[in-house]
Amino acid sequence: MIMFMNNSDSEEEPCNERTSLMSAESPPVPSYQDGLQASEAGEAQAHRKRRAGSSRGPNNIAGGEMSGSGVPVRESALENEEEELTLKYGAKHVIMLFVPVTLCMIVVVATIKSVRFYTEKNGQLIYTPFSEDTPSVGQRLLNSVLNTIVMISVIIVMTVFLVLLYKYRCYKFIHGWLILSSLMLLFLFTYIYLGEVLKTYNVAMDYPTLFIVIWNFGAVGMICIHWKGPLQLQQAYLIMISALMALVFIKYLPEWSAWVILGAISIYDLMAVLCPKGPLRMLVETAQERNEPIFPALIYSSAMMWTVGMAKPDVAARGPSQQTWDAAEDGREHLRSPSHAESQMSETRSPVPTRPVTSLEELEEEERGVKLGLGDFIFYSVLVGKAAATASGDWNTTLACFVAILIGLCLTLLLLAVFKKALPALPISITFGLIFYFSTDNLVRPFMDTLASHQLYI
Amino acid sequence: PAFGLFIFTIARDPLRIIILIAGAFFWLVSLLLSSLIWFIAVKASNPQDERLQKGLLIFGVMFSVLLQEAFRFLYYKLLRKAIEGLVALSEDGCSPISIQQMAYVAGVGFGLMSGAFSMINLLADALGPGTVGIHGDSQLYFLTSAFMTMVLIFLHTFWGILFFHGCEHRRWWEIAAVVIMHLTVSGLSFCNPLYVGSLVPSYLLMAAAAAWAYLLSGGSAQNLRRFVLCKC
Repeated sequence: MIMFMNNSDSEEEPCNERTSLMSAESPPVPSYQDGLQASEAGEAQAHRKRRAGSSRGPNNIAGGEMSGSGVPVRESALENEEEELTLKYGAKHVIMLFVPVTLCMIVVVATIKSVRFYTEKNGQLIYTPFSEDTPSVGQRLLNSVLNTIVMISVIIVMTVFLVLLYKYRCYKFIHGWLILSSLMLLFLFTYIYLGEVLKTYNVAMDYPTLFIVIWNFGAVGMICIHWKGPLQLQQAYLIMISALMALVFIKYLPEWSAWVILGAISIYDLMAVLCPKGPLRMLVETAQERNEPIFPALIYSSAMMWTVGMAKPDVAARGPSQQTWDAAEDGREHLRSPSHAESQMSETRSPVPTRPVTSLEELEEEERGVKLGLGDFIFYSVLVGKAAATASGDWNTTLACFVAILIGLCLTLLLLAVFKKALPALPISITFGLIFYFSTDNLVRPFMDTLASHQLYI
Repeated sequence: PAFGLFIFTIARDPLRIIILIAGAFFWLVSLLLSSLIWFIAVKASNPQDERLQKGLLIFGVMFSVLLQEAFRFLYYKLLRKAIEGLVALSEDGCSPISIQQMAYVAGVGFGLMSGAFSMINLLADALGPGTVGIHGDSQLYFLTSAFMTMVLIFLHTFWGILFFHGCEHRRWWEIAAVVIMHLTVSGLSFCNPLYVGSLVPSYLLMAAAAAWAYLLSGGSAQNLRRFVLCKC
């Protein structure tokens, strides 16, 4: 896999996820080729982590920060070879990312379409304090913009907080936070989700069975994400967590705010990753300086790396980010929870498989993967889910947004291969998605409807 | 069937999947632009006038067809550039995917997207309650829609192959033939609900296009016979 590790920092109390694809340097690995020091440096260069940090608004779900990270490609010493390998594996890695993103979106869309709970409006999170029920358009617009500002500022605060924690090596705190987040996510949200699904299909289930099921699901999830586990299971859990988060976001973000927030987050992502003083970038650079992987949690990794004779095995630590949001706790009961000091936002991190330290010979054979931040997953799914929920053109709009997001992801990965740095995963995809959503909903839908009623084909 | 095509021939190779999705994207963009034009035209015209609306619709359809072909051409240009890049990057100096494969995949991409957009709302409604054709419309609405969509998907695939081949060898008449065929098929769909008028010629055209594309791709009657008789 080409590894670009992205780390998302978001993990401030509220779920802030930042998605950005970053390439980070990995610890130098001895070059197998010719033992040249140069190659070693090249290798280190080659390991880039892409960090995708996605900041999640604290609003609904403290969703963990998702970082989309691309896997930096480990190239052999020569730049050329590196490039070749990068691009050669490029298509494969793109697909490795397509599949989970697609799966997540499918889960979200399927749930939205079938379970009515997620489209009912039952209040808002505390992070979007302004209501959108106002009669006038201007007022509504103003409220949504204010909501966005509140949300983004919470995300920024969380991210900076996380970066500071990381800088001052408060690892325990971060890990604890992540663990608590993932706990909440795995247990509470799953419980709510399962309850709603069972209600929709009118299936009766007694509490003991429910308890056992959720307990098993949660416990295995915790182990898989934070510790070791089969890669596929880990990926599956991460996808499920992202889908749950996205669903909560879709439910609790008011309409216009959701779109404005999506746009604002892409801009924020762009700036946080690319500006020299951006928090995500600082996080990546700090991690690079210390030669350690950026938080493995909150990152979805598509390939497993084997540790070969490395002194410092990177263990992918996964920390599910949980964003505890008080309002979400009893979503239905407490609409506005005043206290969110206790909320812990953990970022959901996808476990990053330990980086194969790289055995010399295995360098080329090693499975490289691309890392994408979980926040990216979440926001993509939010976009598609919102399209499915609110568009009157139904499936056409959803399909259009889906294709747009995939193309955006493709382009982003292409840029990643070209620039070999951490890149934000959100902006391009979200921009395409938004454009296509609004244009399909307003322009294409009447056209297609008219065509279909006359049964004309183009 | 189109989905089966996808699974068997495209899903293995990641590069093809990317080309497929990009093809679908291009079709989508062309649809967007054409519906934009139509929308503007409709808004600028009198909504009460039935004939005008119908005329505008026809105009919209034709324009959309032309735009689709234009975008196919653009996509061809993009793929040419991409092939050069791939060749430069590959280890043994030849591209991992040939232009014909790309043509095929691009055609499938276009076809799938167009088919999806035509059918998917229909399918979603078909799950719900209701009777087909209760207001005097044809009762075969769903069936014919399904068949029409399928023929259109296949046609897009074949047109992709023909189109790219024409561009490769600079045979403008091939390209013109594709455009004319597309216009014809869309025009035939105006005969609906007189299904005989639209479905049968479309299928004939599809058979013709299939044979043509097959011949262009290097097949021959001999190959076909060997394939059918399972010889190697």
